[in-house]
Amino acid sequence: MAFLSVTLLNGLSYGLLLFMLSAGLTLIFSMMGVLNFAHASFYMLGAYLAYSISAAWGFWVALVTAPLLVACLGVLVERYLLRRVRSAGHLAELLLTFGLSYVVLELVQLVWGRGPVDYAVPAVLQGPMWTMFDAQFPKYRVFMMVIALVVLAGLRWVFTRTRWGLLLQAALTHPHMVQALGHDVPSLFTKVFGLGCALAALAGVLAGNAFVTEPGMATSIGALVFVVVVVGGLGSLEGAFFASILIGLLQTFAASSAAWNTWAPLLPYTLMVAILVWRPRGLMGRRGD
Amino acid sequence: MTEPAITTGLTTPAYRARLWWLAYALALALLPIAFGSSFALTLLSQIGIASIACLSLNILLGQGGMLSFGHALYTGAGAYAAIHLLRLASNGWAVPVSLMPALAGVCSLLLALLTGWLSTRRAGLSFAMITLGLGELAWTLAQRFPAVFGGEAGLTANRVVGEVFLGLSFGPGTQVYGLIAVYAWVCTVLMFAFTRTPLAWGLRAVREQPERAGALGFDPRNVRYRAVLVSAFFAGVAGGLAALQFEIVTSEVFSVTRSGAYLLFTVVGGAGYFLGPMVGAVLMVLGSVWLSSITGAWQLYLGLLFVATVMLVPDGLSGLAVRLWQRWQARGWRLLEPADVLQIFAALTMLMGLTALVEMLYQFQLRSTMGSQLTLWGLTLNTSEPASWVACALVSCTGLTIWRWCQRRGGT
Repeated sequence: MAFLSVTLLNGLSYGLLLFMLSAGLTLIFSMMGVLNFAHASFYMLGAYLAYSISAAWGFWVALVTAPLLVACLGVLVERYLLRRVRSAGHLAELLLTFGLSYVVLELVQLVWGRGPVDYAVPAVLQGPMWTMFDAQFPKYRVFMMVIALVVLAGLRWVFTRTRWGLLLQAALTHPHMVQALGHDVPSLFTKVFGLGCALAALAGVLAGNAFVTEPGMATSIGALVFVVVVVGGLGSLEGAFFASILIGLLQTFAASSAAWNTWAPLLPYTLMVAILVWRPRGLMGRRGD
Repeated sequence: MTEPAITTGLTTPAYRARLWWLAYALALALLPIAFGSSFALTLLSQIGIASIACLSLNILLGQGGMLSFGHALYTGAGAYAAIHLLRLASNGWAVPVSLMPALAGVCSLLLALLTGWLSTRRAGLSFAMITLGLGELAWTLAQRFPAVFGGEAGLTANRVVGEVFLGLSFGPGTQVYGLIAVYAWVCTVLMFAFTRTPLAWGLRAVREQPERAGALGFDPRNVRYRAVLVSAFFAGVAGGLAALQFEIVTSEVFSVTRSGAYLLFTVVGGAGYFLGPMVGAVLMVLGSVWLSSITGAWQLYLGLLFVATVMLVPDGLSGLAVRLWQRWQARGWRLLEPADVLQIFAALTMLMGLTALVEMLYQFQLRSTMGSQLTLWGLTLNTSEPASWVACALVSCTGLTIWRWCQRRGGT
């Protein structure tokens, strides 16, 4: 019982983290048709910036400023790089973000070195939150879940209840019509790209000290986020949500059981293969390509 | 309709094509003699292998418009197949070494029967993501099963096995280079011939207009699937040759970095041209050997080169060369306008400033072991002095400003 409940909560917090990443990716994709290969690089940048900022001004400042800084960077990338290759098609955009992931990785190694950095959980959030069936559940995991849920609820509110959100939804399906009505759709795209990057960076701030902040963190989670998006169905937020939780739970359960331990890293990819055989468009994807 | 031009003898296109192939064969044969050292021989061998791998990737990318992030799956499969064949041969199996790369290609093709079917379930961006996932799957598997894949340490084998045929034991580097050169030539000819087959025409049609191609009887998924099979075979040959060359295969052959490098250099070379991937392969080997020997930040430069290629010359270096050649034919010596010269000057200035900044940053990182002084472009820079940083930043900004000014004036 203890094992079950703690693993369940761990899996959920990991799944929510994956969803913060895949939500940004999905949002950017369904809006602009850009598959942002560098998404995980922004996640990594978030973690590293949080490390540097929290060393100087503390964790709480980092929690707010690191995503904002990365969002600014994302806006610059969209405005000055991605927009230039838009006319060359989606493959060119994907290649550009692919190259960008190389550049970000190397810059991170140049600035922060090739080893892991000591980005620790703040003292307030250390220790167990509660004890459940003789098992302790760490405070920081709860904090991660709360932040993720608050941010996601906030996003939902923005999308469905604010004028800007409605505009966004309209631009999602009918960009030309929205443009014709006098709204600046390209600048909307830029903001969405920035928002997606901020979400990735926030996930990085939260995950960087829960797991480990090192240059390999982008590649290891990047492929996983792509698997989430394929399993959930490209361009579907609900699909990404269910796939994130599913993969989060699956991997956490496998990693904590002795028999399945060695198979844990393989499971997401196996799931992807199974989904491709059974339902190529993903859990909630639309038909066709 | 115009009358076909009467062409005879040396000027017919077919004859000229044959001359090109002859020239390629001669180059493969003469280059190791021209650069006699064993180091050059290793480089040439790697270039030969990389050119097969990049060309095979370009069957998907250039012909089919399919972006594969997991091409190392097939080169890696070929490499493991070849190393296992070598080990079997040393246990008494009668498999000639010279045939092993081809057999490795067949093994890779057998793998693609399954993985290719999976990846071509979806086209477009999903295809890219699925290939990445499958590549990761193979990489993780290889790390989990040391019995088959040798794990981190890898599998080793001795390539001198079996009977010596025609005096070829494939022990010395020259003989392995010979084998690689023959395979590189044959594979290049075959892959060029492939571009003339109905399948390749269908593939290009599917790339441009999947629905119309489907209406004409080319099932897009089937065409893509068969293209993956062809590509996997040649990738497997490249992997098999690499296994023979190095006599060791580690799980790293499946890594994302490897897949990424093939893709990166194919694009830099020019995916739209048959020769592009070969140009890319030369750059790939020279870049990773030569550039890494002079600077620690070489991967950053490669990344920047890639981003610059995608943004400024999307058709790669081959495309740039073709455009320069056309201009040369049209204008002769007046190849460059003064504005172009200014823009090139701006680019060089920017490049100089940026490399200086990167090198200084790198030096700054390693200041505890390497000190704070470095010499670049004949200048001595010091990372502990703000003046050096400001000077480098100024140089880059000047370059950038001139560049932007040129662009606004409507340069090339």
